[in-house]
Amino acid sequence: MAEPKTLGQMLEARGISRRAFLKYTSYLASSMALGSVAAKAMAENLASARRQSVIWLSFQECTGCTESFTRSVSPTLEELIFDFISLDYHHTLQAASGEAAEEARHIAMRENKGKYVVVVDGSIPTKLDGAYSTIAGISNLQMLEETVKDAAAVIAVGTCAAYGGIPAAAPNPTGAVGVDQLVTDKAIINIPGCPPIPEAMTGTISYILSFGKLPELDHLKRPIAYFGDNIHDRCYRRPFYERGLFAKSFDDEGARKGWCLYEVGCKGPITYNACATLKWNGGISFPIQSGHGCLGCSEPNFWDKGGFYKPLPAPIRDIGKVAAGAAVAGAAAGVVSAAVGRAKKKSAMKEGKS
Amino acid sequence: MTDLLDFARGPALQFSLAVFVFGVVWRLVSLLFMPRLKDKSVKRSGAKPALIAAVAEFFRRMLPKPEFAKRTRFTTINGWVFHVGLTIIILAFAPHVLFFKSLTGLTWPALPNIVIFAVGGVTVVSLILALSHRLSSPVLKLISTLDDYVTWIVTITPVLTGLAAASHVGLRYETLLAIHILSICALFVWFPFGKLMHGFLVFLTRGEMGAQLNRRGIEL
Repeated sequence: MAEPKTLGQMLEARGISRRAFLKYTSYLASSMALGSVAAKAMAENLASARRQSVIWLSFQECTGCTESFTRSVSPTLEELIFDFISLDYHHTLQAASGEAAEEARHIAMRENKGKYVVVVDGSIPTKLDGAYSTIAGISNLQMLEETVKDAAAVIAVGTCAAYGGIPAAAPNPTGAVGVDQLVTDKAIINIPGCPPIPEAMTGTISYILSFGKLPELDHLKRPIAYFGDNIHDRCYRRPFYERGLFAKSFDDEGARKGWCLYEVGCKGPITYNACATLKWNGGISFPIQSGHGCLGCSEPNFWDKGGFYKPLPAPIRDIGKVAAGAAVAGAAAGVVSAAVGRAKKKSAMKEGKS
Repeated sequence: MTDLLDFARGPALQFSLAVFVFGVVWRLVSLLFMPRLKDKSVKRSGAKPALIAAVAEFFRRMLPKPEFAKRTRFTTINGWVFHVGLTIIILAFAPHVLFFKSLTGLTWPALPNIVIFAVGGVTVVSLILALSHRLSSPVLKLISTLDDYVTWIVTITPVLTGLAAASHVGLRYETLLAIHILSICALFVWFPFGKLMHGFLVFLTRGEMGAQLNRRGIEL
């Protein structure tokens, strides 16, 4: 059996020049804030890399992450990079179905034991022993445990896989959780977002292929290269925030003039993602540029933070009723205090002490 | 640290505002309904109506008597500086306007951040000078209680944490914002029970003083 071709050999066979490949790795390296030396090392390592076996597990999800990944208007070369990942199991993209699909997963696990990467999108339901979501007769919970057992690393793609996502929204009827709440003995990378930026996914995978290690991660296990800055700090509308110029609604003069969306609930200041720099659809735009505030979709519990249109300084709990209750209680306590004072005065006057 | 921010924006703010409202209403109602000794003296001739005297006294005490002006120059000017500074910061910073809007539905124009930063800086310096004066003056130091120092801490902390949060200095923004909101929660809780209550009582005490002094003495 012939030795599997390296990425470099396959690119060459497809007519991709070394120059074009170097340009691509330079782009990838710069997107991850790596230097020119790293870009060269990335090119060399990536060129000599063999196809990485990837098993993609889709659980409680909407397929938005896969849609984002596959519909990205990224460079052709980037799509080729994706080709060179041996995607051995993916419900949406694989041709096989039923038992043949499951067999493909088992073969990939067996042949690449300890070397394959598991990509998960979607949360994992844990209530009723995971009965809320099953594939091929087993629960997502069982499939995850079974598949990650011999994996080299796990990449949780999308906010559902990273933190539980929309399925985990209160009251979380299925007991949905993210991967790292279940898998504690494997290297895990979270690439959250609803959906995540395609380049954050491809860039992270390329980094692992190039350097054989995980990129630097933040406290939420996200690659710092893509999740190191908050949207607010990189937002082109930031000068309007500094000048105190805000859109008060989505169709007022401020909105038309492109002023800051902070007052209409933008969560940019507390959201870490590369939307404002890498943008979407090949760098064309991102939500704030399209006129809508950031929802904070790459942060845990973004759906339960008091509302997408509630500005950050606003309390997320009902204050009005509590304050009214406190005012009534305070008034009652005040009346009682005053009554006690009056009774004391009356008593003192009776005793002739006043 | 979004969990800390959720806690600050959620239960902490709700609890502290409830304590604030309860405490303020309790103190004001109990004070207004407390038994009072009726002033049985005959009021001096030419005395103004009590309400007018009360309002006049409130404004008159905003500046010292000319004979004391020189001696009290520092405390007067410094007091004005940090009171006006705090008022501008609280009422004219855009996120604060949003906070009040979320509570009351009322809104008003905000000032640019650069103005707020400048005012914030001056306010911090002024508050530090106020503490220095308290510590360096033997008389002030003698009559100062724990209340004075706690009040100073819960007043300056939100200004410092607010400046840090607004300028994204030090920690991550969400952590700074959470700390800032929690420091305001501490202020809310302390407010009704410490000297910050003068924010409400100043109207009553000065007014009462004006009404009483208005009756006394003889017409000149």
